[in-house]
Amino acid sequence: MNALNSIPISYYLMFCSVLFCIGVTGVLIKRNALVILMSIELMINSINLLLAAFSAYSNDPAGQIFVFFIMVVAAAEVAIGLAIIVLIYKTTHSIDIDILNKLKW
Amino acid sequence: MFTNYIFYFLSALALYSGVMMLLSKKPIHSVLFLTLTFFAIGGHYILLNAQFLAIVHIIVYAGAIMVLFLFTVMLLNLNKDERSPKPVWVKGAAIIAGAMLGMVLIGVFRGYDLHLVQHPMESQIGLVKELGRILYRDYMLPFEISSILFLTAMVGAVLLGKKEQI
Repeated sequence: MNALNSIPISYYLMFCSVLFCIGVTGVLIKRNALVILMSIELMINSINLLLAAFSAYSNDPAGQIFVFFIMVVAAAEVAIGLAIIVLIYKTTHSIDIDILNKLKW
Repeated sequence: MFTNYIFYFLSALALYSGVMMLLSKKPIHSVLFLTLTFFAIGGHYILLNAQFLAIVHIIVYAGAIMVLFLFTVMLLNLNKDERSPKPVWVKGAAIIAGAMLGMVLIGVFRGYDLHLVQHPMESQIGLVKELGRILYRDYMLPFEISSILFLTAMVGAVLLGKKEQI
């Protein structure tokens, strides 16, 4: 089960780029704040996979340690983000981002 | 070769469920498709022989974060359609912008053909033993600081979710 022998690194570059663009499109087209947070998670995951792929291909374990730390920060970010979304829902009874424009100007 | 087919299958599964996450109307379907994407990415980690990352990814993302999302969706009773969807031209502009970003990224990376790997068969860096040694020897301070970050996040989430106002 070792992909390093037969798959070039450019395949991982293509795949992670497309996955990242799906996340960007999700942030742009959705209005639900929960789905926007999920799209951000998707982007973080594509970057993680690319970092792990480069780490494995260049035989350097520091990249995988970095992926581990990114996972830690992403977990903390999701916990705080969901707490904020619950708080917004309690206050305004909606998590539509077009309602939440008080801080815009 | 066999690993090539596994790679193609996992990539197609991840991309399909990522697109379906955007296309599904209800948030709970989006959460379930995102879980499928996370499992496909975990399969990619196993394919890269990064076993520690695969286990951590499955536990953290497909376990903890997905439970958090599902809990929030069910707690807030958000399982309904978007009330007023964005106008069509905004969606079209967003899709065009995302596709153009994808074209730029692919165009940049297309000619990338760096031969990075020297000893492809000896890639044992993703195992728990190797990574644990490096984590506790070279990255001890960031590891401890990340534990403080977790404690701060936990306290902050509890404080934000409290009933009475602060």
